[in-house]
Amino acid sequence: MLYNPPSPLETKVLSRRFGLPDSAAIGTYLATDGYQAFLKASKMTPAQIIDEIKASNLRGRGGAGFPTGMKWSFVPRTSPKPKYIVVNGDEGEPGTCKDRVLMENDPHSLIEGCLIAGLAVDAHAGYVYIRGEYRYLIEILEKALAEAYAKGWLGKNIQGTGFDFDLYAHTGAGSYECGEESALLESLEGKRGVPRIRPPFPAVSGAFQCPSVLNNVETFCAVPHILLGGGKAFADLGVPKAGGTKLTALSGHINRPGVYELRLGFPVRQLIEEVGGGIPNGKKLKAFIPGGSSCPILTAAECEGATMDYDSMASRKSMLGSGGVIIMDEDTSMVKVGLRLMRFYSHESCGWCIPCREGTTWLTKIMTRFYDGNGSRADIDLLGDIAKNMLGRTFCPLGDAAALPMISLVEKFRDEFEDYLKGKRREETSGRLVTV
Amino acid sequence: MTFSPQLEARFATLLASYPPGRERSAMIPMLLYAQDELGSVTDELIAEVARRTGVTPLQVDEVISYYTMLRRKPAGKYHVQVCTNVSCLLRDGDRLFEHACQKLGIENHGVTADGQFSIEEVECMGACSWAPAVQVNYEFHHDVTPDKLDRLLDELKEKR
Repeated sequence: MLYNPPSPLETKVLSRRFGLPDSAAIGTYLATDGYQAFLKASKMTPAQIIDEIKASNLRGRGGAGFPTGMKWSFVPRTSPKPKYIVVNGDEGEPGTCKDRVLMENDPHSLIEGCLIAGLAVDAHAGYVYIRGEYRYLIEILEKALAEAYAKGWLGKNIQGTGFDFDLYAHTGAGSYECGEESALLESLEGKRGVPRIRPPFPAVSGAFQCPSVLNNVETFCAVPHILLGGGKAFADLGVPKAGGTKLTALSGHINRPGVYELRLGFPVRQLIEEVGGGIPNGKKLKAFIPGGSSCPILTAAECEGATMDYDSMASRKSMLGSGGVIIMDEDTSMVKVGLRLMRFYSHESCGWCIPCREGTTWLTKIMTRFYDGNGSRADIDLLGDIAKNMLGRTFCPLGDAAALPMISLVEKFRDEFEDYLKGKRREETSGRLVTV
Repeated sequence: MTFSPQLEARFATLLASYPPGRERSAMIPMLLYAQDELGSVTDELIAEVARRTGVTPLQVDEVISYYTMLRRKPAGKYHVQVCTNVSCLLRDGDRLFEHACQKLGIENHGVTADGQFSIEEVECMGACSWAPAVQVNYEFHHDVTPDKLDRLLDELKEKR
């Protein structure tokens, strides 16, 4: 089901089946061009499939934005090892709830995307890693998998093409870090979700130390549409260096929060005012997180003229990330937001790299004392200093994910941190069960 | 150790889902599905899962301590998880969590004396656009207000 009404400003590509009766059922899928992209791809060479993905300018939708066609081309097809397809459905980035909507409403497009990736890299098995909290989605996916096997769209000699493919649902058990690709692969092997040192990258040594394609749910779901409509048509939906649409989750201080599919390059102002219906009670925008809590926070001034795509966000020293847009109004306490975010990252740090383990712990400790009214001006500098010393010094991006928002908070909202020291806007905290 | 036929069937499927010699991959799903049936991960379960996946009990134990959903002590029959991460926080998820604690008379990670309810402040659960969000066991509840939570908890109390 859908949890928010659609917006007329959406461009429905990945979400085009949303809202159809029984949209997750294979009957609905087959009646709406379902699995036709796979049949088309089965008559193409692997190089042609990858060229089509490259032509689409599809970039990874999990957060990093790496070009998908290029990623697939790194898999050594001629390797004697088996190859695997791995789907990252460990959606856990604060502000992000879009893969959930895809898997719930159109699980067969995910399965078809995996099949096409399998054809492209000569893989015959795949795993969909879904966070443990999404149990109902695992049930939906397992039902879809059973339907696909029953109708001959998974298994041996699929629809007489001679192509074999098995796909399995795999549950996580509560870990943000397992959304990081190499930690996910460790978790898939029944281990603690601790990242691997790279290189080698998953394309060469991924699941079970074999060549693997590892992409986000939304990335795989885009693949059937690209094969059917052509790479160029998909590319034309977006901006020059990034094709297609992006599922965008609006949350925070906004009148119509929800998940919306928008063309890449959609103006931020229009996103807030028209798609989201503006900020409640006529308040002003204070801060904007473009793609999940790991992105540097933008001020209202920085949002002027910004569009929702990789380059526009990069030019403002932030990231498009996962498309989890968090809106904060003028009354939001950035000290409170900072503390809550640091608590999150210190809780989720796997503890493997010292800069991340110690850094997130100390950022939380300092933010806590600051929030409790025991901070000093030196603490503001110290927060930025610790965060900057974490940057680029960890095996996986979690260290940066904590450091980047912290740096943006103390640099862009320094006045508010200073005012907080003077007692302005400090919230009553006594007797509260939660520190924020 | 004996499990329900459904769980045994689940275990059999899981152990056949991974490449030969990679039975360890089934460990985390096996633990979580077994916990759903048993209420917690017991020493006996650890030994059993270790035996079936071909590792030592210590290797299972070190994995359990990493994952927040795996627990060594039973939670309540209804495990109430309130998200207070940023998207929920902006919509008063923190106050909702406090309200839930007061309503149930327990603190974070506590279990009511009758074993019916337990509470946990959780990190982002992927319901940001419908915040604040609560999960009771695996069931999501969106746009939760204190009143809505009261009604939900009262309904669950009567269900016992």
